[in-house]
Amino acid sequence: MKQKKLFFRKFKDRLIRLFSAGAVLLATGAMIWILFTVFQKGRDCLNLSFFLHPSKPFGMADGGIANALIGTVLITLGAAVIAVPPALLAGIYLSEYKDHQKFASFLRFCANVMMGMPSILVGLFVYMLLVVPSGNFSGFAGSVALAIIMFPVIMRTTEDMLSMVPYALRESALALGMTRTRTTLRIVCVSAKQGLLTGILLSLSRVSGETAPLLFTAMFADTWPTAYFTEPTANMPVLITEYATNSPFESMHTAGWGAAMAVTILVLAINLVTRILFREKKHVR
Amino acid sequence: MLKTDSLFKTLCLAAAALTALLTLGFFVQLILSSMPVWRESGLHFLISCEWDPAEQKFGALPSIAGTLITTFIAVILAVPLAFAAALFITDARPAIGTVLGHAIDLLAAIPSVIYGMFGLFVLAPVMQDHVQPFLIGTLKLNHVPLLGRLLGSETSGFGLLTAGLILSIMILPYICAIMRDVFIMTPPVLKESAFGIGCTRWETAKDIIVPFGIRSILGGIFLGIGRALGETMAVLFVIGNVMKFPENLFSGATTIAGTIANNFAEADGMQKSALFALGLILLFMSFCIQVISQSYLKMTSSGRGEKK
Repeated sequence: MKQKKLFFRKFKDRLIRLFSAGAVLLATGAMIWILFTVFQKGRDCLNLSFFLHPSKPFGMADGGIANALIGTVLITLGAAVIAVPPALLAGIYLSEYKDHQKFASFLRFCANVMMGMPSILVGLFVYMLLVVPSGNFSGFAGSVALAIIMFPVIMRTTEDMLSMVPYALRESALALGMTRTRTTLRIVCVSAKQGLLTGILLSLSRVSGETAPLLFTAMFADTWPTAYFTEPTANMPVLITEYATNSPFESMHTAGWGAAMAVTILVLAINLVTRILFREKKHVR
Repeated sequence: MLKTDSLFKTLCLAAAALTALLTLGFFVQLILSSMPVWRESGLHFLISCEWDPAEQKFGALPSIAGTLITTFIAVILAVPLAFAAALFITDARPAIGTVLGHAIDLLAAIPSVIYGMFGLFVLAPVMQDHVQPFLIGTLKLNHVPLLGRLLGSETSGFGLLTAGLILSIMILPYICAIMRDVFIMTPPVLKESAFGIGCTRWETAKDIIVPFGIRSILGGIFLGIGRALGETMAVLFVIGNVMKFPENLFSGATTIAGTIANNFAEADGMQKSALFALGLILLFMSFCIQVISQSYLKMTSSGRGEKK
């Protein structure tokens, strides 16, 4: 009797481990399938002119993605310029100044709400905030939308990273006669430098593939991104969307896959390099 | 000297207050912009199925239903898989575990538009040519009462089920990464004690690891739900964008985010206002998810003597 019960327990264990292995296989299999498809279908676009020429209107041959590539870099860097300084300051406030705990936890709650905010709503918000008053779509509006997405993410990682700096460091600096500001900037932030950079780069890699917030802000254009502040600016995610859904031409689909491959490589490269350069420090809770 | 200090503090405070301001701004802006619709049709907007820009008639029910159903499918499929995969990764040899962990992290980093494209050009045809004919033709599932009603007999490849599948592939790595982080943090002493008294791996997982990390596990699931609710691109490409109340899982439908993305560019007047109203509903949904998960965490943290 006892023997039988043990058998069943072991059998159940085996079964669940099999299921676990299957789940892992499925998850990694999905990843490999997706990456394989992207690279296989995008391979045809791997030539220099594809990366050097601007996109052309529907139906014209020899379109490239150069303008969208530059546009995406512009919009993403613009977003970083807008979001990083205030987000770092906000993170510093949450971690270093503990005199209004109620207010701080309210802010943390707001940040969580914003992190869970559907990205298309950010697009709507910036549309009403910038596009309607100024009367035109612009790359700048796209940057602002992405910046709003980055802001709470960087703020929370900054707080986490600064909280991990030991108190002895702050106390020694203050004891030497440094001001509070100098202690924070020169001692605390510098010792958490790696963590801060990781947070910023990972959030950058995340927003560089965001599509929904750009649909109504940066929009798309077949021109070089010369008027970042006043005109629709070409960018990769919207280009992919346009080519994949609004075009009956096979060549457009191929170009779409090429663009998809470029975005995937860009995002994964930032991600991988960040993770390798700054090995994640495990959170201590 | 002190002056710079207080100046810097004020600066930090202002930056931090920006989050509260932005959160409030989202609500205010969406409420203001959707006012015309609420004034025109009131709460009837929530339960109406019509969407006819020519006649100025708008209803939110098809979009709401589509959003909830796709999210439900995605979570039902992704959570057990993510849980099992996280268990495997924690239990595997360190070398394998690290590699798999990184693979899951990378999967989470792939932009959603890539998932959408994959769904449109690869998954939808596979569903159309193989999965749906198999379910309907070979297994004859559409003749089974109830289940057949649920599945329907369209074989277009686009629809709720395909959208739910893509979403589940997308949210699986998020949930899995969070669960893995929790499982790893279980104190080894606890696990070893369980093994010591003769528990199998599954019994250890079920009775030691899960109760230890239950809060973060639920947190991860809530995060996944939030993602699935608001996802635009991955769904937009494969759901079929039909503004009708979905009849079954194979039929084309739409989600809130999908409706907004699809119609916003050419909408004006009342239709634009209706789209903002949909946005408000979506914001409200994701806000509720946040409030529920946060208050759950707060409720249980005092009971467990944790500080956060």
